[in-house]
Amino acid sequence: MTDTVRDHVRRPTRVVNTSVLRNDAREKLLGRTRYAGDLDVAGQLHARLVRSPVPSARIVAKDASAALAIPGVVAVLFGEDVPNNEIPTNTAGIKGRPLPPSWVLATDRVRYHGEPVALVVAANLRALAAGEAAVEVEYDLLPVVSDPERALEPDGPEVHEGGNLLSQWEIDRGDVDAAFADADVVVEGRYEAQVVDHAYLEPETGVGWLDDEGVINIRVSTQEIEHYRRIAHVVGLTDSKVRVQAPYLGGGFGGKEDMTVEPYIALAVQRTGRPVKMTWTRQESLTARAKRHPVRMSYRTAATADGRLLAHDIEVVSDAGAYPLLSGFVLLYITLNAAGPYRCDNVRVRSRAAYTNNTPGSAFRGFGGMQPVLGYEAQIDKVADATGRDRVEVRKRNAFTAGDRIPAGQRIDTAVWLPQCIDAVLERIGPRPEPSSPDHRVGLGLACNVQPYGRVAWMNDSASAWVGCERNGDVVVRCGVPDVGGGQVSSLAQIAAEVLHVPMDKVTVHFGDSARTPLAGRTTATRQLYMSGNAVLAAARVLRARLVEGVARGSGHAESALTLAEGGVITPDGVVPLAEVVMMCLANGVAINAMETYFAPTGPPVAQRIDAERIVPDFTFGAHAAYVEVDTRTGAVRPLRYVAAHDVGRAINPASVRGQIEGAVVQGLGYALSERIVYDEGVNLTGAFYQYAVPTAADCPEIEVVVLESGEGVGPFNARGIGEPPIGPCAATIASAIEDAVGVRPTTLPMLAERVRACIDERAQS
Amino acid sequence: MTEAMGSVETTISLNGAQVTGHAPADTTLLRWLREQAHAYEVKEGCNEGTCGTCTVLVDGRATTGCTTLAVQVAGGEVETSVSLSDGDELSPLQTRFWEAGAAQCGFCTQGMLMSAVELLRSGDEVTPTTVREHLHGNLCRCTGYQAIVDAVVRAAEEGATR
Ligand code: FES
Ligand code: FES
Repeated sequence: MTDTVRDHVRRPTRVVNTSVLRNDAREKLLGRTRYAGDLDVAGQLHARLVRSPVPSARIVAKDASAALAIPGVVAVLFGEDVPNNEIPTNTAGIKGRPLPPSWVLATDRVRYHGEPVALVVAANLRALAAGEAAVEVEYDLLPVVSDPERALEPDGPEVHEGGNLLSQWEIDRGDVDAAFADADVVVEGRYEAQVVDHAYLEPETGVGWLDDEGVINIRVSTQEIEHYRRIAHVVGLTDSKVRVQAPYLGGGFGGKEDMTVEPYIALAVQRTGRPVKMTWTRQESLTARAKRHPVRMSYRTAATADGRLLAHDIEVVSDAGAYPLLSGFVLLYITLNAAGPYRCDNVRVRSRAAYTNNTPGSAFRGFGGMQPVLGYEAQIDKVADATGRDRVEVRKRNAFTAGDRIPAGQRIDTAVWLPQCIDAVLERIGPRPEPSSPDHRVGLGLACNVQPYGRVAWMNDSASAWVGCERNGDVVVRCGVPDVGGGQVSSLAQIAAEVLHVPMDKVTVHFGDSARTPLAGRTTATRQLYMSGNAVLAAARVLRARLVEGVARGSGHAESALTLAEGGVITPDGVVPLAEVVMMCLANGVAINAMETYFAPTGPPVAQRIDAERIVPDFTFGAHAAYVEVDTRTGAVRPLRYVAAHDVGRAINPASVRGQIEGAVVQGLGYALSERIVYDEGVNLTGAFYQYAVPTAADCPEIEVVVLESGEGVGPFNARGIGEPPIGPCAATIASAIEDAVGVRPTTLPMLAERVRACIDERAQS
Repeated sequence: MTEAMGSVETTISLNGAQVTGHAPADTTLLRWLREQAHAYEVKEGCNEGTCGTCTVLVDGRATTGCTTLAVQVAGGEVETSVSLSDGDELSPLQTRFWEAGAAQCGFCTQGMLMSAVELLRSGDEVTPTTVREHLHGNLCRCTGYQAIVDAVVRAAEEGATR
């Protein structure tokens, strides 16, 4: 199904840029992979949270005595028992105003349904459940605010002292008002997207124990092992007394970027001295785990008569839920990407994130780059329609090219293959299928997107990796990446194998251990291949030079006469096998390992009114096309065929790239058509998995992926990040296909049958 | 409730070996397999019958272990995914999964394989459409299903039953 287009002249590679089969996938298929929940430690206790059943209340009384009387219940902890109950928040808020902290366990006030209030530790799961039910907490209900716009009104009930505005960003580029005054056409639209859950199939889980050095070890499903510092803070230990290991994850998608079970496991281990396991149920994960931010976006767009974009005037309100988590950064990404992959010299964006008593919002694949696609792609279609131009032509004529500046100021340094992506999907989508009955209509949709990869410049991001040789010539990589399932570890092995000219099966990667692998940062922000890949590349190159140096010293040949190639170092006297190279290095005082750190480009924090030279490392672009069939009687929408194209710079593993894109498309289809978390005045009503409509195989169309390789990206071998970008265009693609089918475009997600039907009815009446 | 429930001795044929465990009568097959038989390849994704990660074959039929009690299966035959391979050697279906990239995070994979095996053994026609329908009870959040469908169709073309 994959069409890899190779258009860039470059040096050939042997391992990189080939679809090597992932070793981790083989072990997974054999059923041998021990995920975080698959390890039981002898003598372990079990832990569980008591969570608030209400979205907003004062806690007036807490009593653990009945719970502690239950045989098997070992401990009950409240917030007052936590050494440092306050989790520091570092998201981007309002300049000069401190952010409210999050709490490990709420002490006197709960702000969302499911907020943790007490921690129960017991010898077995039955005692645990009984203990949880027996902890008595008395609540005094407080007013609930569940709508972000209501929350921002002067008399909106305060979620935190000091008002409900968490974060706001502005862009003021060019002269927007003048541009609107001169415009030939002006189009407007309002768009709304819902709350969705990550729904990784492995719920949050981990097990912890004390080791012989007094270090609390936690083996946990997490995207960030560096949380060891935060965990140490919570339990009042110095950073080095907590160790976090991340085995292969059963999915993350941003939902395991914030801490989940870790602080509670650490507290329970500290309190009891025993190993402790904690697994959240699917139902508590759905109820209380951080979600994707819902947004309301209004757009006004000005253009010339020939379809050139003149100006955007954009307002966004995002619901951050009850605590800051990463909301300020997500809103920053919404703001940066609000105008999409199109050149526009006059842009005004006003974006705000408000506290409410809903589940906190935080990171989710796409991270703020996702929500505005619904808006900017609808607007560009409206511009095309209003000017009587072709939608494809209007996109191509407005598409960024290298050297353009995004509205927030940063220049795009690498190629923009948006037109190539559009051509690829339109070529591959094929002929329009026939509708299955006279009541059905088939439509073709198209949408494009831009998504940054790597973290923002003022995070001063870095990743370290160690690469070394064993005495037999095998290669070992140590790098602290968590592998969320996307093949992060395998790609690092590929890079080492490429540089050191060894086959893949000679490379072992030790990963995801905060104490024993060099820290490489979190697997989020589409940064892991970019950052850790560059670190492994650098370390492997240093090691390659060392191996050659060792042979030079041992053989007396000049280094320039030697090359490392398959099988070993080639000398004028013949090939020295790698195992011998290693011994020559050691005999001549040359190290057989190297550690390097890759630093991302940095820059100062952006001002609230964003205008900066350096905000993110680089961008990934793509285009999607789909056929859908709409049942005009019910409004039900069925995707029939889907094609996605992204320029990935260069694919380290084309099969993994394809997998990322296919998976993101289906997650995006769920966002478009079926998934939503429903609240009633802050009470999360979607507490069971059957209520949350993750697309099944039967719901999904055939997907074709086109991998484009411009050869321009800032990752290793000119790769671009691809983990997040392909989820972006899906909802807009489907909306545009529905419009093509029935002449009316839904603007609210998810595009459920009843909503589409209502759109059709409205149109019939008007 | 804990003590009152008492413990029930249950014997199940697991991948051809007789396994006896002692657990309260309300213990699900999923819990029983993981805790009594240490069959950690059987995963818990939801514990309510929605996700399919706990799918095993019970007397040849794909069954969600979280909605079945272990005592209901007493004396029966349970097959989990580790029965498919031959030591280190992947089964033909597993090989197709591997080549197609049908396992990413792998958390859905064990249940997915068993549902697919049920289809392969059924003798029913295997097309992309029938595969999608047959696997609709097994959610995957990583792959987008395309690679899984491709793998099962390929395996069927080769006459694979495991
Ligand atoms: S765990 Fe059994 S169906 Fe989800
Ligand atoms: S491979 Fe991750 S859920 Fe299917």
